[in-house]
Amino acid sequence: MDILVGQLFTGLSTGSILLLAALGLSLTFGQMGVVNMAHGEFIMAGCYTAYVTQQVVGGAGVSLLIALPIGFAVGGAMGLILEVLLIRRLYHRPLDTLLVTFGVGLILQQVARDVFGAPAVNVTVPQFLRGGVEILGTTVPKTRLFIMALAVVAVAALALVLRFTPAGRRIRAVVGNRDLAETAGISSRAVDAGTFFIGSGLAGVAGVALTLIGSTSPTTGQSYLVDAFLVVVAGGLGRIKGAVVAAVALGALQSVFETYSTASLAKVGVFVVIVVFLQLRPQGLFTLRTRSLA
Amino acid sequence: MPHRPEHRPRRAARAIAATAALIVTAGAAAACGARAGEETDAFEPCLDTSGDTVKVGALNSQSGTMAISETTVLDAILLAADQINAAGGVLGKQIEVIDEDGASEPVVFAEKAEKLIREDCVAAVFGGWTSASRKAMLPVFEDYDSLLYYPVQYEGLEASENIFYTGATTNQQIIPALDYLAETGVESLYLVGSDYVFPRTANAIINAYAEAHGIEILGEDYVPLGSTEFSTIVNQVSAAGADAVFNTLNGDSNVAFFREYANVGLTAEQMPVMSVSIAEEEVGGIGVENIVGQLAAWNYYQTVESEANAAFVEAFKAEYGADRVTSDPMEAAYNAVHLWAATVEKAASFAVDDVQEAAGGVSFEGPEGTVVIDGENNHVSKTARIGEIRSDGLLYTVWESEGPIEPDPFLDGYEWAADLAVAE
Repeated sequence: MDILVGQLFTGLSTGSILLLAALGLSLTFGQMGVVNMAHGEFIMAGCYTAYVTQQVVGGAGVSLLIALPIGFAVGGAMGLILEVLLIRRLYHRPLDTLLVTFGVGLILQQVARDVFGAPAVNVTVPQFLRGGVEILGTTVPKTRLFIMALAVVAVAALALVLRFTPAGRRIRAVVGNRDLAETAGISSRAVDAGTFFIGSGLAGVAGVALTLIGSTSPTTGQSYLVDAFLVVVAGGLGRIKGAVVAAVALGALQSVFETYSTASLAKVGVFVVIVVFLQLRPQGLFTLRTRSLA
Repeated sequence: MPHRPEHRPRRAARAIAATAALIVTAGAAAACGARAGEETDAFEPCLDTSGDTVKVGALNSQSGTMAISETTVLDAILLAADQINAAGGVLGKQIEVIDEDGASEPVVFAEKAEKLIREDCVAAVFGGWTSASRKAMLPVFEDYDSLLYYPVQYEGLEASENIFYTGATTNQQIIPALDYLAETGVESLYLVGSDYVFPRTANAIINAYAEAHGIEILGEDYVPLGSTEFSTIVNQVSAAGADAVFNTLNGDSNVAFFREYANVGLTAEQMPVMSVSIAEEEVGGIGVENIVGQLAAWNYYQTVESEANAAFVEAFKAEYGADRVTSDPMEAAYNAVHLWAATVEKAASFAVDDVQEAAGGVSFEGPEGTVVIDGENNHVSKTARIGEIRSDGLLYTVWESEGPIEPDPFLDGYEWAADLAVAE
């Protein structure tokens, strides 16, 4: 019993990592329908932002807190540039978008390799996040509690922005029906760019936080990309709520499966569950009722 | 990498490329076979030693994922060649190193190996890192009856007449590591590894060893290559309460594993982790504070105390910069060039047959100690060392074998391993 409860908590923590990696994607892929294969590299950029900030600022605690907003700006800026230079020209050409962003991802990886070197760099974990806390019979590292808290804050902030700010309303209007929104005087181009900025910025924030538990190397982003897509697809396109539920469910599944087999097999198990689930419910957990005619 | 769905088309493309390469190679082989009937030999080695120089190949990844590791090996090869040239060369001829980029792709390694043999007519090739790259090059070197010197520790169970293995095989790294753990009173182990050939083979050996020596294996876990999610595994390791952990994780997974390990409060005193793929370079990425006190098994560390090593480290730093570190595969590659030169001197010939015949018993006073080529299996005898990671990020020897250990790639000398070689 204790082990199961402990594992469920582990699942919650794994889920919050998945969620953090997927949240930005749920905006750019889920809402805008852009398959951005460079999303993982935006996460990687966030990781290196944390590293550079720490090299410049020094203190691990302070630099982490400073790196979070800088990571948002760096990821967001990269996303904005990608949107304006390439993706904007490729709307309604999803396959080309996929290939182009995949190429951009490879380029970004090589840039990171040239600038920082191929071996992983070390981002020191601040003193107040070292060690663990005893919860329900398992030791939970403080870094994971921090990531869970950050995931909650990020989801809440995103939900508030989408619901209560004029910019958020414009985003929802364009997602709901692009043509009608344009008729109403909304510049869908500006909204697209803004949405991409926020989504990519969230990837940057995720990157900063993930340095606490994972490695910071040119290929770091790749390890999160597929899981992020899984979360968005299983959760249902266009729904933040879906991403939250899917992330927690996948995290719990992974950790429970892992308890009874190896991590490799658990991964297979999770994939099987997702494949079966998508057969039964291709639209994912939650669906967005749009007013678009397409 | 293995989970990226977008890799599927690429993998398919690679499979097509590999198949195409195979067909081409088969065609070439058939052509050679056809010619063999008319001429005396399938492939006439085109090595030209009439001038003042002799060409050798250096085939390492200079681009792609493996580049940073493998370019350090290239540096070591060039250093060794320079030293030999400064001392008068091999059989009076200066070594000319032709370097090619394997690009972290096994298929490219095979292509470039063929190019070095056919077009550059090299006397020998030094290089390769991953087992996949070695397996890809092996048929090329066997078909053309040429020589490859492979400088990285690997999973054993191989012995080609055309490959000299100057890195450790399992009985020079994994078994000494187990001996060391057993000596220090370890009675139970937890095995954690990446899911590919080396950890699976290593753990098969560890299981057989454990059964024969009364060590209990409390768990065996594999994660996909590149996985960074270790909370469940570390919880299980912690709950199992083994005396030590044997770690065959590769690459970035080590970072996530050791961070999680340290964060749940596990230390080297409570439950030491013995790793076989963490060298000086990886320690930096993991963060010394997360791994200090943990153990590693290799044959060479920069800190090894010997005259040969002092000279090696000094020469290397003088050539490439004071901030550079030397590591086990670099040292093995450095030894490889010197061993080849010594073999050629002994054979008084650059011809492959003569070198193969003369190789047995050739020795070199390397930075790790004396290494001697075993004429039976083309591996070299090596000194095994257990290193402890200290707070300066370097590894220091805490235990070493009494002299070099004879290579035994098929573990024939170990009764408990009798079933293993058959199983493979």
